[in-house]
Amino acid sequence: MNNTDLLTIAGKEYKSRLLLGTGKYKNLKETGQAIAAGGAEIVTVAIRRTNIGQNADEPNLLDVISPDRYTLLPNTAGCYTAEDAVRTCRLARELLDGHKLVKLEVLGDAQTLYPDMPATLEAADILIKDGFEVMVYTTDDPILAKRLEDMGCVAVMPLAAPIGSGLGIQNRYNILTIVENASVPIIVDAGVGTASDAAIAMELGCDGVLMNTAVAEARNPVLMASAMKKGIEAGREAFLAGRMPRRRFASASSPIEGVI
Amino acid sequence: MQILLNGEHHSISARTTVTQLIEDLKLTERRLAVELNGEILPRSKYAHSVLVENDNLEIVNAIGGGQSRKYI
Repeated sequence: MNNTDLLTIAGKEYKSRLLLGTGKYKNLKETGQAIAAGGAEIVTVAIRRTNIGQNADEPNLLDVISPDRYTLLPNTAGCYTAEDAVRTCRLARELLDGHKLVKLEVLGDAQTLYPDMPATLEAADILIKDGFEVMVYTTDDPILAKRLEDMGCVAVMPLAAPIGSGLGIQNRYNILTIVENASVPIIVDAGVGTASDAAIAMELGCDGVLMNTAVAEARNPVLMASAMKKGIEAGREAFLAGRMPRRRFASASSPIEGVI
Repeated sequence: MQILLNGEHHSISARTTVTQLIEDLKLTERRLAVELNGEILPRSKYAHSVLVENDNLEIVNAIGGGQSRKYI
């Protein structure tokens, strides 16, 4: 892979275009192994109430995923109001010593886990004014995606299918329109099920893919993380190479002249 | 004396500071963030913040998480 083809988010450069969630793994060891196999440099974490009085010596996620080595992306997963999302980001900033990069998601309902876009816009506005660098989970509406970019979000992250569904890229023309209009990184966040899905997202020109369930719920999560890394690299190279045009009929590869 | 700790009633002795409470909970080694009555309490203020009756304290940490799922 070309070493100069870097992903830049909020002024920081990354070699890897795979962003990994750290939920749903069997244990912290598997989490660490999957991140290593996927080569992810940005990993999402959730902010949750500390268990009081039980498992006081349970292993800490930040022991496995060192903030010195990885870019931690605290997310607001599980928040259903702008207020809760903003509160979660502020707690994350305190927890991580002034860390500004966050993933904003404000959910609309538990069945679809679709984002509540009015609440997302409201929270993004508050967070940006408060100095956060916001990577935002959004529907695949090109107008909203552009609006979020114009507000100052540092990355726009449309869904490709519902969170955790593994249905693959169901909206490739919307994703393409969002990519074509954008001047900040567009990262598919949600919907990928297997490595070819990730490759399709990258072939559309996305700058990266964020996933969790597709890796964590694979039969072999570590192997799937490795497959995702390759799928993303292959898709990126294919995008940069520029695919051939689609034709309805055949086009011979061998010269016709000189046939005996 | 009663406070609300992560949404549940919790008994502490009078004049307990946040530093003291974190020690009592055996959480000293952990990377935490604390919210006191809806406001973030910076780490530098733990030692001087004396809890009073009915204070609402939230103590959080980072856990595995990516896309949504219920954790609490």
